[in-house]
Amino acid sequence: MERLRRHLAAGSMIVIGLFAIVAFGLGSRTGHGAKAAFGFDYLGKSSIHLPDLTVPAGPAAIGLGALCVTFGVLRLARPALQTWAIAGFLACLVAAFLTWGTAGQSLAFTGLLNATLLAAVPLVLGSLCGLLCERSGIINVAIEGQFLVGACASAYVGSVSGSLWAGLIAGCLAGALLGALLAVFANRYLVGQVVLGVVLNVFAAGLTGFLYERLLQADPNHRNKALTFADIRIPGLASLPVVGPVLFDQNIIFYLAVLLIAAVQIGLFHTRWGLRTRAVGEHPTAAETVGIRVLATRYRNVIMAGLISGLGGVWMTLGSGAPFGKDMAAGQGFIALAALIFGRWSPLGSLSAALLFGFAQGISISLQPLNTPVPTAFLSMTPYLATIFAVAGLVGHVRAPAAEGIPYVKA
Amino acid sequence: MNRKIFDAVLKGPSWLVTALAIFLALLVGALLILVSDPEVPGKFGYFFAAPGDALSSSWHAVAAAYGAMLKGAIFDPGTAGSVTEAFRPISETITEAIPLIFGGLSIGLAFRAGLFNIGGQGQLIAGAICACYAGFTLHVPGVLALPAAIIAGIAGGAAYGGLVGWLKAATGAHEVIVTIMLNYVAYLLLGYLIASDAFRDPNNPQPVSKPVLPQARLPHLAGDSLRVNAGLLLAIAAVGFAWWLLNRSTLGFELRTVGANQSAARTAGMSVGRTQIMAMLLAGGLMGLVGVSQVLGTANANNALTQQIDAGLGFTAITVALLGRASPVGTVLAALLFGALDAGGRAMQASAGVSIEIVTVIQSLIVLFVAAPPLIRAIFRLRGENGGTNTLAAKGWNG
Repeated sequence: MERLRRHLAAGSMIVIGLFAIVAFGLGSRTGHGAKAAFGFDYLGKSSIHLPDLTVPAGPAAIGLGALCVTFGVLRLARPALQTWAIAGFLACLVAAFLTWGTAGQSLAFTGLLNATLLAAVPLVLGSLCGLLCERSGIINVAIEGQFLVGACASAYVGSVSGSLWAGLIAGCLAGALLGALLAVFANRYLVGQVVLGVVLNVFAAGLTGFLYERLLQADPNHRNKALTFADIRIPGLASLPVVGPVLFDQNIIFYLAVLLIAAVQIGLFHTRWGLRTRAVGEHPTAAETVGIRVLATRYRNVIMAGLISGLGGVWMTLGSGAPFGKDMAAGQGFIALAALIFGRWSPLGSLSAALLFGFAQGISISLQPLNTPVPTAFLSMTPYLATIFAVAGLVGHVRAPAAEGIPYVKA
Repeated sequence: MNRKIFDAVLKGPSWLVTALAIFLALLVGALLILVSDPEVPGKFGYFFAAPGDALSSSWHAVAAAYGAMLKGAIFDPGTAGSVTEAFRPISETITEAIPLIFGGLSIGLAFRAGLFNIGGQGQLIAGAICACYAGFTLHVPGVLALPAAIIAGIAGGAAYGGLVGWLKAATGAHEVIVTIMLNYVAYLLLGYLIASDAFRDPNNPQPVSKPVLPQARLPHLAGDSLRVNAGLLLAIAAVGFAWWLLNRSTLGFELRTVGANQSAARTAGMSVGRTQIMAMLLAGGLMGLVGVSQVLGTANANNALTQQIDAGLGFTAITVALLGRASPVGTVLAALLFGALDAGGRAMQASAGVSIEIVTVIQSLIVLFVAAPPLIRAIFRLRGENGGTNTLAAKGWNG
């Protein structure tokens, strides 16, 4: 059975690789010696210029497709290397697809990286929120709702007060407030947490929709302005090619998100608070026995986590220069949740998963102006489909914190 | 843990807690109406100078909104002259309740099997696409056109839901994440299709599909001016089917066993994976009927697919199922309540200018309060068992 499954998987990799050779390498788009150019300058922001990378599209796509086939064969021959084989296969397949999509044109590679990082910011913040909750034993499915209330509050307060910082604080607090609601109903009233999260999402969508129509849109010029934090250019580093404009010329929320990843990673695994949090999430009774206050830890973590996902909501408005719009979170709270699971409940793992999903979104944004034969709607599906593949591909490999989802009742 | 789900579904809280939960939710709704009112908050600025002013304007704002809601949902005294007009609000309530019955049954059925189906949006869109396509392409005699379109809708929803069950059974992918993602995929696919040559109505400037042929539409039951249609008969049949399935059939027994305790079900020789796939096929089929009642019935005047065909029903259905405690009869009652809120909400938006979004807030609050009986008991100083039972639950990522 296990062998059959492996043969099936390896076989389909080989078939897809062959398909890539035919569709991407031998089609009309890459024929006639068409060249694909990848640009590394981004809006002329970095002072050191790199030349474009130009490759003959057809042969490059054929080569990458052949590599896909090779990885399929590798998977068949050396089961021990299967993780590397799958990773290499996917990388080559995406590269072949990009080469095909860019054939005859030019793709701003640095722009693609930038789009990836920007798309990853709310996902990272959302999965950090989920991480703090789940590590302490509370499942938080309401990240989507926290994004919405955070975005709504920050747009309103930021517009009315004229202070971006007031907006940011309001957005974070709104997220924390919804988090507090989740914590009270989960800890005190023992409501099933997944169901609770979904109901809170419906509540948040209704509430923000109501406020949007009755309050914000009643006077959009004063109550729902498109505001944005200015980019902060870090001198020296920002001039580096490719990574400079992408990593060191962003706004404050971007840097905050980076700091938060580091803080949670260190805090969770190297501080007393982190140890206690993990103890409460794995075995609350044992934690209680050694004097850790289980419920207090859970309340504190869920509310702190709410501040972080509220910041994710602030990113959608004040961080991206957009006014609040109904249902503007568009499922990103759930993708963040998937990133958390895919990243196996660790901050750095979530970061890699968020970057992966961000890349899927970045591709769909970057390829749209290139007029590929793939319809826009299908390109926009990429991040969602990537999430399904990621979650389905985990086949029993995940292990959530042992006590999560189970209400703690003191004996 | 799993046993609790089973128990909770069977033993609901008392009707009093439910009634008080509805009252409390309406109270919070009233507060929201006041806070967001263009005039009332200003009057509270000089509350201590003239308290009567602030209070009476508050009363008027809330009474206008909820009064309009009541008139739109149950009975409008101003229309007593005409029988048709007098029945209009009830007809509207039933019309709004029909898709919620299908949807609530769908979520409830999956719930009984231990699956939390939040992919109603995607499944109903898949059903609507198939029903609509069958509805405008099949030029068959009248008696066959409608059943064909309905079956196409059920099949579309079932396939989309079954996919989730298969992914869950084969790979263990958690249905909450998969269904949410499939919702967006279906939404984008719908956008692509209604702009494509196969679906798009060339006579319409908007991207809207061709209208469903007249013989494939659900016929009106009480004259052309009232919207209530033959979907009601389908809904009654669906409720009977769901009740029979859950309480009298072998499959239903397997569904409930798998939902209550997977290990026990496996030990008893049941195939957990197969049961989960069946549950999602059935749930998807019922959601497909939501799509059917939308596109062949009441979503818009010319029975065409639009980008808004889902009307958020996939999510409202979750609240309906939770309030109805996943039982067919409870679902009908919950659907009628929420249908009344929806019908009343539209009347309220039209005549009192309060956005219908408030209905979503009220609905979610009702479910939230019903899920926490100790909270209601504490607020209204009721006596009763205070031990919090885990009233509504779904499994975490490990299960």
